[in-house]
Amino acid sequence: MRIAVLSGKGGAGKTLLCVNLAVVAKKSTYIDCDVEEPNGHLFFKPPITKEKEISIKIPEVDKEICNGCRKCVEFCNYNALAYAKDKVIVFDEICHSCGGCMILCPEKAISERDKVIGKIKVGSFEEVMVLTGILNTGEVSGIPIINELLLENRPDKNRTIFIDCPPGSSCSVMESIKDADYCILVAEPTLFGVHNLNMVYELVKLFNKPFGAVLNKCLDVENPAEEFCAENDIKILGRIPFDKELGILNSNAKIAVRESKEYAKQFSSLLDIIFMEARNEAATNT
Amino acid sequence: MRVAMPVDKKNMDSSICVSFGRTPYYLIYDTNTKKSEFIDNSAATSPGGAGIKAAQILVDKKADIVITPRCGENAANVLISADIKIFKSNGSSIKGNIDAYVSGKLNLLDEIHPGFHRHENGF
Repeated sequence: MRIAVLSGKGGAGKTLLCVNLAVVAKKSTYIDCDVEEPNGHLFFKPPITKEKEISIKIPEVDKEICNGCRKCVEFCNYNALAYAKDKVIVFDEICHSCGGCMILCPEKAISERDKVIGKIKVGSFEEVMVLTGILNTGEVSGIPIINELLLENRPDKNRTIFIDCPPGSSCSVMESIKDADYCILVAEPTLFGVHNLNMVYELVKLFNKPFGAVLNKCLDVENPAEEFCAENDIKILGRIPFDKELGILNSNAKIAVRESKEYAKQFSSLLDIIFMEARNEAATNT
Repeated sequence: MRVAMPVDKKNMDSSICVSFGRTPYYLIYDTNTKKSEFIDNSAATSPGGAGIKAAQILVDKKADIVITPRCGENAANVLISADIKIFKSNGSSIKGNIDAYVSGKLNLLDEIHPGFHRHENGF
């Protein structure tokens, strides 16, 4: 089963949830798809067993063969190519690696070269397999890395896969959830938090994914996220209270369920509820 | 010399546009023939790479000089590859800048700002 955890805004509690659920689930895989700033590994501190560089294809023009017809420049939808003084100029960071210019060139003057944009690290913590994606600073898109991360780990009956998504609801998030069986929306109890919850709510509906919400940092006051879920008939899987103790553990990169019996119990119960919900949804959908 | 400038409107009273890549129009002024031509900037609505496309338009229009308040690094790359010199505009008047250029009073633009996807100071 592949469970994706997402939230509209950063800091809502995706990693807190993913890391701790992965640990209580025991035989699981944790995949950090927030490749621009992965942080799950800070908690697991996994010894790395495998590293893989991820590269994309960028066009390279052979000046000797190029006849200046400019079909490639006119074709490029991203404006990544220009032509001046008898030479094609390629803008690496604008290129989206579609490969179209290479196919189109009538003189076959365009070839592809590899450009490394990041890497994947594989390690483990107890029985949890930890996959971390890292996008190099300055690169345009982490999607090729997210793609590779998810391919690295095919669904396995014996392991639950927890996907720690990037914040927001953009292309990177879509890529992270596209093959998920169930989505958990993490929400903060603020108006701003609800605005962002709404964005991911729209996204999972659009992608037709079964989903539920976990309300984090709950206080003993009116909770706009709770109201939002009630208004939209969103199943609340659990509520994590606002707790200074938890905040301190988190800030020190400690895994809460390993440091506190109370949290081990809480996350265990939450996991049971999630499994039950996810299996129900899977059953009703088939 | 064919001088190009990003402008807000298609007339000589127009102000110079603050953006190079996404200006609505360009003025191409020939200092020899004293003729003016206004062209639409089809790069203005590009989701990305606007500066590149805009610079390509001016290269293809055979501009020799560009006068602009600012210019991004991708656009500058294309212009410089075509041996087009980039001058920093002074004030927003078209006529004022043409006169200033002709009398050698304009400076070259030396602060090229980073492209959209890269930010200063590794931000």
